[in-house]
Amino acid sequence: MDEQQRWWFDDAAGPVVRPYTLTRGRTRTDGIDLDVVTLVVAIQPQVNAARVDDASARLLRVCEHPLSVAEAAAGVGLPLRVVKVLLADLIQQGLILRTLDQPAAAGPDITILREVLHGLRAL
Amino acid sequence: MVSAPSSGQSPQAALDATTVKILVSGGFGVGKTTAVGSVSEVPPLRTEELITETSSAVDDLTGIEDKDTTTVALDFGRITISSKLIVYLFGTPGQDRFWFMWDELAVGALGAIVLADTRRLDSSFAAIDFFERRNIPFLIGVNCFHRVQPYSIEEVRAALGLSAAVPIRLCDARERHSSRDLLIDLVTHIIEGPAASREPESGIVTS
Repeated sequence: MDEQQRWWFDDAAGPVVRPYTLTRGRTRTDGIDLDVVTLVVAIQPQVNAARVDDASARLLRVCEHPLSVAEAAAGVGLPLRVVKVLLADLIQQGLILRTLDQPAAAGPDITILREVLHGLRAL
Repeated sequence: MVSAPSSGQSPQAALDATTVKILVSGGFGVGKTTAVGSVSEVPPLRTEELITETSSAVDDLTGIEDKDTTTVALDFGRITISSKLIVYLFGTPGQDRFWFMWDELAVGALGAIVLADTRRLDSSFAAIDFFERRNIPFLIGVNCFHRVQPYSIEEVRAALGLSAAVPIRLCDARERHSSRDLLIDLVTHIIEGPAASREPESGIVTS
């Protein structure tokens, strides 16, 4: 391992993975933009095993109830980028639905901010 | 989980909730995950993101599909405000070489808490610079046991080179109420804007 590699593969970094093998060769999300807080839910949590690979089948089960992309990734124990590719594929197959509203770059409106504030005060 | 779709509810209707994210940032080992965990309704969840040697951002897997790569951990928590509104708290990876993750996390974020440790304030500079450049509202939480530390708020402000517009609070990241109060102060700061946040400066947050 040369110096350049050592810089990345140290104790602070996680396990080495080969993402290609997890997505069966799929690499793109085809323009389906998924934020870490985009909500997703499976339309059919249990699908015919022949239709999807193991990782996608697990993802569908984790998404039985609506949750965020980040929670889905934590649930299946796969890197976010891999999960986004798998989710995009499942969305295109019509097996997963997502929220269409992405976090606005300009930030949320004042109504949402006040709701957040109210909710935090009630904790 | 938001709510279980009931028999009469379509899956799309079950997605009728707004999600927002707040970042918890600062240097390595300053208590980010502790703060997320103290106020989250669930134990901090952990996910991972891919990084590559050339790295920086990996938009998709193209180009790295057949390469060995490694990952960086991302800890997060959640606060369900109501069935229609969920706050996610993301601790940003501390080391400089993981900056690329911050860019993606920052898109659409409400704001950020920058945790600081007065023993090594310089480890907070990078986070402060990041949020200032992107005009993302933030406040400083000076993490200290039982909110006791040897410097005044004004000394910390001077050391960090911050204007009076940036709120600075003392906190104890281990305490749920303390972390909650940081979030309340941050959201108040976002709503009221910089001008309204100059007081109080005592740093003593009441619950």
